[in-house]
Amino acid sequence: MSKRSATVYWTGFSVILALLIVAPLVLPEFWRRFVTEILIWGLLAMSSDILIGYTGMVSFGHSAFFGLGMYGAAAALLMVKPPNLWLAILYGLVGSAGIALFVAYFSTRLRDIYFAITTLIFSQIFYVIIFTWTEVTGGENGLSFRRPPLEFPGLFSVPFTSETLHWFVLAVVTASYLILRRITQSPFGMVLQSIRENEARTRAIGYAVERYKIVAVMLSGLFAGLAGVLYAIQNRFAAPDFVYFLVSGETVIFNVIGGIGTLVGPIVGAAFFLLLREAFSRFFTEFYLIPVGVIFIAMVIFMPQGLLGFMRRWLNQ
Amino acid sequence: MSSVLGILQAIPYEELLIQTLNGIVTGMILALIASGLTLIFGIMDVVNFAHGELFMFGAYMGVVVLAATGNFWLALVLATLIVALIGAALQITTLRPLLGRDPLTTILATFGISLVLQNYALWQFGPVARKIQEPFTGQFTLFYLEYPWYRILIAVLSAAIIGAFWLFLKYGTYGIWIRATTQDRVMAEAMGIPVRWVHTAVFAIGAGMAAASGVLFGPLVGVNHAMGVDWILKAFIVVVVGGMGSLGGSIAASIFISLLEAYASIWVSPAQAVIVSFVVLILTLLFRPTGLFVPTPK
Amino acid sequence: MSPDPKPMEPLVAVEDVHTYYGKSHILHGVSLHVDRGEVVGLLGRNGVGKSTTLKTIMGLVHPNRGKVLLAGKPITSLPAHKLARLGIGYVPEDRRIFRLLTVMENLRTGLDRHGVTEARKQELLDKAFAYFPVLAERRNQAGGTLSGGEQQMLAIARAMMLEPKIILLDEPTEGLMPRMVWQIRQIIDVLHREGVAILLVEQNVPLTLEASQRIYIMEKGAVRHHCPASALKLGDPVIHQYLGV
Repeated sequence: MSKRSATVYWTGFSVILALLIVAPLVLPEFWRRFVTEILIWGLLAMSSDILIGYTGMVSFGHSAFFGLGMYGAAAALLMVKPPNLWLAILYGLVGSAGIALFVAYFSTRLRDIYFAITTLIFSQIFYVIIFTWTEVTGGENGLSFRRPPLEFPGLFSVPFTSETLHWFVLAVVTASYLILRRITQSPFGMVLQSIRENEARTRAIGYAVERYKIVAVMLSGLFAGLAGVLYAIQNRFAAPDFVYFLVSGETVIFNVIGGIGTLVGPIVGAAFFLLLREAFSRFFTEFYLIPVGVIFIAMVIFMPQGLLGFMRRWLNQ
Repeated sequence: MSSVLGILQAIPYEELLIQTLNGIVTGMILALIASGLTLIFGIMDVVNFAHGELFMFGAYMGVVVLAATGNFWLALVLATLIVALIGAALQITTLRPLLGRDPLTTILATFGISLVLQNYALWQFGPVARKIQEPFTGQFTLFYLEYPWYRILIAVLSAAIIGAFWLFLKYGTYGIWIRATTQDRVMAEAMGIPVRWVHTAVFAIGAGMAAASGVLFGPLVGVNHAMGVDWILKAFIVVVVGGMGSLGGSIAASIFISLLEAYASIWVSPAQAVIVSFVVLILTLLFRPTGLFVPTPK
Repeated sequence: MSPDPKPMEPLVAVEDVHTYYGKSHILHGVSLHVDRGEVVGLLGRNGVGKSTTLKTIMGLVHPNRGKVLLAGKPITSLPAHKLARLGIGYVPEDRRIFRLLTVMENLRTGLDRHGVTEARKQELLDKAFAYFPVLAERRNQAGGTLSGGEQQMLAIARAMMLEPKIILLDEPTEGLMPRMVWQIRQIIDVLHREGVAILLVEQNVPLTLEASQRIYIMEKGAVRHHCPASALKLGDPVIHQYLGV
């Protein structure tokens, strides 16, 4: 990255970060939660971008990773008293990583469409398991629990407020973004992108493509699970609705709307979609998905690079 | 010896028979849905996420026509035609522009269509399930139990529709066009076949088949906006297990999986019997990823 | 050498066509023409753009610049299926017969057009089987079970079912035994006698010189040499220069 564009980038980054930090102080409660939710869904969408945008693998399985993160956190918060924040995160990450490994093992042997369908089917498998295994997962009603306090063992322990929760989420999402950014720019990330460009050639050069794919899926699953943990903490419940493949579908929508392969794009896409949904649901009550769906289809046809790609070209002119 | 007799006596024969019938009936409906899906995928590489919604919309059109005319058969025919036209319109407006682009885009576009169709149905018809009255009631006795004639009709009609279509593919004039386009789209064009219209026609046929399944299946359950979702998932599993693009494979896989599920439901709840199809999928992916019924793994 | 001006317009004319595959500039201003009933040979090394030229005429690939005309009318942006119906037959490199269709069904893909009576269809089929008896024998066999030479026959017969005014032949003798090559030669003559124009892309130089009335030689995406076939003999330095034989 050239010196000038690096400066522009980091300035923009800092501005946005500052805005997000200030947000809970100036916004009313509803919008405060809204921004926090955008961040969480943005994290989920970012995790999905690793696969879609960087490795070229369309996955509909993210609802499983997200859901397992959510339920994993729930497990920690319900089983271990007193509820511990870090334990929740740990359980959630382990859960989603485990599922990611399972899914990765089966799906990475398949190409393109078959991979997409298989991830979809797997995410539905987990949905059915969670939905029917009522004794463990609470079935249809899900699980509810108390929010753990923000604690650093030995230092302090203070319950979350709406503002501090937002800042915590912001910190986690920002850290995740920076980590993912670092990874995509590393040699590993370069190999992933090479797989996206031309898998056969990458294999011919000598890279163990399947292994890279498995790692990519696990990485993606890990951060998706993290998003699930954050969601559980914010909302204090885990429900099977979030493991339903619709969530995977919406994640892919965020990616496409925002622009795949940009990491930031999906967050923008999530924001755009959620805002659109909010706006439409004021006028169309529950059927907001009809106009939103039509807009989505139109974007797939006419703006395939997503909002970010569109802005980039517009700015370059 | 007595233990063998004991086991033989413990096998619930009537239940097995009933479930065999149930499995075949469900399997035929699934086969009809999956055939449309396989057809569309085989000829234009489009994974039609909206296929379940075409099934659902067919059922609703059946409800509407039935309410207006009181005739089930008219409802079946008209619903099929209406949805076929809708399918053609959808293909022309949203899928044609995507020809030649990344296959991902068609998955996304059809996913968008499924969202729109589902919510449109919810908006127009409301959340309460509607009922389609079967054209005749009446059951026949099977051992000590009664089995509805209508279910047998479903299986027979579905088989007839698939059979008729297969004949059309093999011997009809335009059947050759469809088969040629599936094998080599470019050369088919060079032979004067209007490939774009063949694509539209196939999509319409697939949509019509899904709609017919919807109307046929309607009387068994309530018709509501979400009924397509379970079927699309099963249909996808069937298509992968049967070998993507293989019509015969999809049909065989449909019946196979439906039978297994029906048998499983003797011992576990229907919601859990679904796990069977998942297990079959996983085993297929592990050992015969090109499809269970595809002769030679490539 | 420049082509002689003809009193009547050519059947097919390609004017200054530039075609790209993605970013690759394959055709750099190709110009050629074929008159009614003529056999024209198109020679050149591998990769110079001969096949791409045929594909451009057939409408399978659209040029970025330039025009393609059929009997004086521009057809540059028309899709391939319309051109097939207007009378352009295409026999591609590697034949591309429909492997899962029978021989009969392969032929039928060219027969099922508007305005062709059942009687005429039967006539065309009988003609195909007369010219290619081996196809008559195998008429109910799947195309994929035929040998290389038989598939080539089928590909040509299939194009003939379109009753074309011109057939684009892309390397028909490639990989064939000498006996088959001879048969192809006969077919070209027969088609010529029937008044069907042929644009023949070939690596087999002697056959092309024998069969054609005029020759174009391409190099690096453009026509570099053009003359009557009679003006070129084997061993001519021009042939060595562009073809290396």
